[in-house]
Amino acid sequence: MSRLLIISRQAPYGSSAAREALELALAGALFDQQVSLLLLDDAVFQLVAGQNPAAIQQKNHGAMLQSLPMYDVENLYASERSLNERGLEPSDLILPVKSLSTAEIQKLISEQDKVFHV
Amino acid sequence: MSDRTLHTLNRGPQSLSLFGSMRDAISPRDSLLLIEDGVYWATAAYAEMLAGLNCDKIYQLAADADARGIQSDRIEPVDDAGFVSLTVSHQRTLSWF
Amino acid sequence: MKFTIVVQADPLASQGSETALRFTRAALAAGHQIMRIFFYSEGVHSANRLALAPQDEACVPDQWQQLISEHQLDAVVCIAAAVRRGVVNETETRRYGKTGSSLIDSAELSGLGQLIAASVDSDRVVTFGGHR
Repeated sequence: MSRLLIISRQAPYGSSAAREALELALAGALFDQQVSLLLLDDAVFQLVAGQNPAAIQQKNHGAMLQSLPMYDVENLYASERSLNERGLEPSDLILPVKSLSTAEIQKLISEQDKVFHV
Repeated sequence: MSDRTLHTLNRGPQSLSLFGSMRDAISPRDSLLLIEDGVYWATAAYAEMLAGLNCDKIYQLAADADARGIQSDRIEPVDDAGFVSLTVSHQRTLSWF
Repeated sequence: MKFTIVVQADPLASQGSETALRFTRAALAAGHQIMRIFFYSEGVHSANRLALAPQDEACVPDQWQQLISEHQLDAVVCIAAAVRRGVVNETETRRYGKTGSSLIDSAELSGLGQLIAASVDSDRVVTFGGHR
């Protein structure tokens, strides 16, 4: 089993990047790898509760994120700095996320076999 | 061999948030390779920001620097074969774009 | 060493696909093995054989086709990302009730599992991104 880290830096809906990062994380889990997903910069907006994209003809990204634990993607991380800069508190978020300091981000990367940025 | 990551950066100085995330993620043993528009970081105006990175070595892809008329004595150039060698000498590669 | 190359750059909108071509050539020249080239996200446009270029300009998809054929490389285009962007073969257009194909001959359409499998079997994975 390989340790795979997927890094996302984009908010949902405005581009396909967030969805494509999530799909890669799910594929890794389906193929029985140890997958972690790390949200940096605007990607932390993926976690905002109360998303309702019906009128813009897209699937609910928050709901897709909530399904991660079901697919054994247990390790969902976000940059503490990115969350703080955007004024996001745990109560604003659709699911619990482990917020990481820069030292913890560096450690997480150094523990991986492969790192993907989508 | 110590555990090291090669970071590549392909965006120029207008992409400050990208640079900031890379700065958070880079470790003292890691190296950075500036590619494509990333070579603009090698210009004198950004010397202090590059110096502020807590990493080992910084390189630039020669073809990209030449294409853009960027001359920097401080940043070591590598050719395509050198890029491949850097990915071999580091345990993993993380591409910032 | 065994490499997996991930191309996420649209060859027209970004330089990354061309950089990936040069890196792949250099890796082969150094005697490394390319396990798989995987085209994902905007990178699937790199495998569009109908992307044409004037004679005095480089045509990156043609160059990918040539490199893959010449070295008999394994090249996979993410099917989910590709069909949405019109990079398709006859099998897929028929499935959607349309006609025509645009995928380069030397690559196949398949799922993200092909990226995961190749990555796990490779010593190195190198990603070439575009402009987000």
